[in-house]
Amino acid sequence: MAETHSLQDMRQQAAIAAKVFIQRDYTNGTVCQFQTKFPSELETRIDKQQFEETVRTLNNLYAEAEKLGSQSYLEGCLACLTAYTIFLCMETHYEKVLKKIAKYIQEQNDKIYAPRGLLLTDPIERGLRVIEITIFEDRSLGR
Amino acid sequence: MSAVMITRKVRKWEKLPGKNTFCCDGRVMMARQKGVFYLTLFLIIGTCSLFFAFECPYLAVNLSPAIPVFAALLFLFVMAMLLRTSFSDPGVLPRALPEEATFIEMEIEAANGNVPAGQRPPPRIRNVQINNQIVKLKYCYTCKIFRPPRASHCSICDNCVDRFDHHCPWVGNCVGKRNYRYFYLFTLSLSLLTIYIFTFDIVHVVMRSVDSGFLNTLKETPGTVLEVLVCFFTLWSVVGLTGFHTYLISLNQTTNEDIKGSWSGKNRVQNPYSHKNIIKNCCEVLCGPAYPSVLDRRGLMQEDSPASETSPPSSSSMNSVPQTTKTTAPLIPNEHTPDDVKPSIADSAEKTPSPKEEESPAPKLPPLASPETDAETSIIKDKAH
Repeated sequence: MAETHSLQDMRQQAAIAAKVFIQRDYTNGTVCQFQTKFPSELETRIDKQQFEETVRTLNNLYAEAEKLGSQSYLEGCLACLTAYTIFLCMETHYEKVLKKIAKYIQEQNDKIYAPRGLLLTDPIERGLRVIEITIFEDRSLGR
Repeated sequence: MSAVMITRKVRKWEKLPGKNTFCCDGRVMMARQKGVFYLTLFLIIGTCSLFFAFECPYLAVNLSPAIPVFAALLFLFVMAMLLRTSFSDPGVLPRALPEEATFIEMEIEAANGNVPAGQRPPPRIRNVQINNQIVKLKYCYTCKIFRPPRASHCSICDNCVDRFDHHCPWVGNCVGKRNYRYFYLFTLSLSLLTIYIFTFDIVHVVMRSVDSGFLNTLKETPGTVLEVLVCFFTLWSVVGLTGFHTYLISLNQTTNEDIKGSWSGKNRVQNPYSHKNIIKNCCEVLCGPAYPSVLDRRGLMQEDSPASETSPPSSSSMNSVPQTTKTTAPLIPNEHTPDDVKPSIADSAEKTPSPKEEESPAPKLPPLASPETDAETSIIKDKAH
């Protein structure tokens, strides 16, 4: 029973040992970026490189969502001309990237974090303020 | 008599703290006081109706049918922008859940070290460097978060809003990151509409007076007098407001920052968010990406309520987000509490810290104290420094 690593089981059976919150990195302004500093609570659970890779990929995805380029300007101008009614039927570029991010986090959880007793929460569920990492009790060590 | 718990599904908007009102099952989000918003609607719709009723028939025949058509398009655009500004989420930041709040408190305690008893702890501030400028992030005691740069807490709506500009009673909502461009387009298009109606009123009166005489014209189209009065008084404030916001956009500043003088240049403080290029600033603010709402208003959640009571939606919920800080605000004064107020700390703990800091311009509502007049007087004050 300790061998089942599905997220549902994790949430229902495992007890939460601690939660770590990765804060936002504001050095480049108000763009959504997270700090890549490796928290000490995760030292025993996961590789530093792995963690930094995850956060860096997330940062790149958010940067892509908020990029000021010809695509965002075109979308903005087109929307303005239609008095923004076009957003009733079309998905914005940001929303498309948010879906990509949700998929990436799900994938990372399934492949890397759940087997180590960790769970990443999508930052959008915390107001894009923090990446919440739930650390579950390590049952495999036994009592 | 056993208490049976009924689990029912509610939408998340029903459990959101803050003083917003929601309509259409969470699709519409506004401030609590909507009186001035209804006045705005009434003035716009009323004046335009009078224009279409009295002036347009004459002008369409005697001048051009394009005139009412263009007026109608402009009117529709103004209404679309107004409703979009009023009904959308301005960029509200959700409050910290208990675990996050505790985590932040622990970080603060660790940073402060040991404070000797009797001394007040240092203010809760985080310094970050943005584009070679030190920006102070303040801690919000209500939302239990360190506010992101440019965010501010609106005391009227009781929410932290990202890129907070001001709380506008005329649109009945805060103006923040998500709805600033709609607000700007609203003021811009309203200026154009007001100028348009005013101009064609004058043209109409002149043209008709040539035929029938001035007094007869006024008797035939009494609506004209009313329209001219409304447009004349609206013109100055709306055009002034549009000009002010155009100035702010070109510098990539918010009304809140302008009023506080955050980037006024004293002590070599410069705006770290500006691209130093007017076109780029305008493009970012007006044509930047459309930010999504981080408040999941229409998401579903479980609520447990005892079967025996008829519990109103505001009763116990599984998502225990703290409602207000009136009872939980720590007895820690912030950097703005003067030393002589220390004995009355117990009193001040019941109020939200630094209400003047967090209050947006003109939260009270007599039409004279509209945000635009406060903002304009503050420009004059700044220039006088």
